[in-house]
Amino acid sequence: MKEILTLNQLSLSFGGLAAVSNLDLTLTEGELVGLIGPNGAGKTTVFNLLTGVYPPSSGTIEFHRGEAVHKLGGMKPHAICRAGVGRTFQNIRLFRTLSVLDNVMIAQAQRMRYGLVPSFLHTPKHKRTEQKIREESMELLRIMDLADKAGELAQNMSYGEQRRLEIARAMATQPVLLLLDEPAAGMNPAETAQLTELISWLRKEFTLTILLIEHDMSLVMNICERIYVLDHGLLIASGTASKIQHNPAVITAYLGEEVGDA
Amino acid sequence: MNTRFPSWLIKVVALLMTYLIVFALISAGAIDDYVLITMVTICINIILATSLNLITGFTGQFSLGHAGFMAIGAYTTALITMRFPSIWAFLGGVLLGAIIAAIVGFLIGLPTLRLRGDYLAIATLGMAEIIRVLLLNFEFTNGAAGLSGIPRNVDWTWLFVFTAGSVLLISNFLKSIPGRDLIAIREDEIAASSIGINAVRAKTLAFVVGAFFGGLAGGLYSAYFYFIKPDLFGFLKSIDILIIVVLGGLGSLSGSVIAAILLALISTWLQDFPEMRMIIYGLILVVIMVFRPQGLLGDRELSMDTFKRIVPRRRKGTS
Repeated sequence: MKEILTLNQLSLSFGGLAAVSNLDLTLTEGELVGLIGPNGAGKTTVFNLLTGVYPPSSGTIEFHRGEAVHKLGGMKPHAICRAGVGRTFQNIRLFRTLSVLDNVMIAQAQRMRYGLVPSFLHTPKHKRTEQKIREESMELLRIMDLADKAGELAQNMSYGEQRRLEIARAMATQPVLLLLDEPAAGMNPAETAQLTELISWLRKEFTLTILLIEHDMSLVMNICERIYVLDHGLLIASGTASKIQHNPAVITAYLGEEVGDA
Repeated sequence: MNTRFPSWLIKVVALLMTYLIVFALISAGAIDDYVLITMVTICINIILATSLNLITGFTGQFSLGHAGFMAIGAYTTALITMRFPSIWAFLGGVLLGAIIAAIVGFLIGLPTLRLRGDYLAIATLGMAEIIRVLLLNFEFTNGAAGLSGIPRNVDWTWLFVFTAGSVLLISNFLKSIPGRDLIAIREDEIAASSIGINAVRAKTLAFVVGAFFGGLAGGLYSAYFYFIKPDLFGFLKSIDILIIVVLGGLGSLSGSVIAAILLALISTWLQDFPEMRMIIYGLILVVIMVFRPQGLLGDRELSMDTFKRIVPRRRKGTS
């Protein structure tokens, strides 16, 4: 299989604090990979590096799409999105006072721009494009089981629905690589099971590569083909779920060392 | 959504009626010059407030320099119409003034829009002060004495066309892709960037469009009031516009329109009590802000749907 994402010796430090150090990570096309680790391990920082929120201190991020290679390090977040990387956020970041439909439409519209004249004068071109954006957005909401909430304000939805809407919004940009930051946080077991199914289905339906951060081990162990484990910004283990579960370094990172060993 | 009359038709009819009624009243002499001045002020303030609302209310960029753009438009129109006193020079002057204001908005927006909140406010304040001081010192603007004897080219028809046109264009813009991008940025800039919105570009565009209409309003001002001087476009003018926007509701165009009308009426009424005027005006602002901190309309719009909601109809689910 072809590589889609290659991190090479990626590092980020804030002043003297190394948030991520010398991270090597690769994803091949169509994979579903988990990124786990204790709180403060640097998982979300990795996502922020991948999406241009922070430029890396050193190291490279290569994103392969078809024949093109995008060096994501130093690119602006909007350009990274247009290259084909979509994401969600740990602390849900929706356009809260806008409707569910508007949230998706704004993302959907990014691929179908028109000039300033149609914007000001609402020419037939504006009407046609708006119609198309609306239809495609509604279709996406139907897929995500949110169609009946289209008119509601994003902030009035339940927590699980908000998480789903965030995924829908990211999907509206038609990514090939989707980064999910704790998609199951705050969900009950039934919702988590539903979400697990949804993620697998999305991956197949849209031929996505997915990297996800998650604390819910049932979700991670169920659907992730490979897992990377971070601790204090360092990669301490990687491999299949069963291998990770029995890795002594991982157990130590999560549970701490036994007193006698010190 | 299904109504017997399309909403645009109702809007057109309402606008035409407003125009014709006022036109008839002016022709019949029922509206004297004094009342007309209030109406001119209202219309110019509507353009200023809706265009500033685009920047501050919809995009979330706190700007304290709107009077600077107004000044550019006012001086451009004045200088052109004083030399070429024709209606075409007036129209060209207003347009050119708006374009120059937009260009200045672009040049200033590009470096400053990377700033956030209070920092941007101070930068825009500085920008407006620079414009004012330049106008004070240039030879061709006649310094502190300002320009007088500017031909009056604005009548009710032009005023109405420009005001209704500006509000309509701004409203259309907000209901299009670039307009919705601005609202997305206000709601959450990081999320907006993550779905492909170029935030710097979008914010600059908002600033340029806002500056354009600010300049346009300035052009109308100088083409009605005969006389302009730099001090008319100082810090206090920017604050006046901001008050209208905040009072009407950040993120509500109709709120800006209503607030512009309301404040002008209050201000006119208060002229009967000259000593108490600013005290009462200030008190009214305080009271409104205490009871409606989100502004009169919040971020909602007054529309046909609002009237339909007010008229009792079957409600779904609620008793």
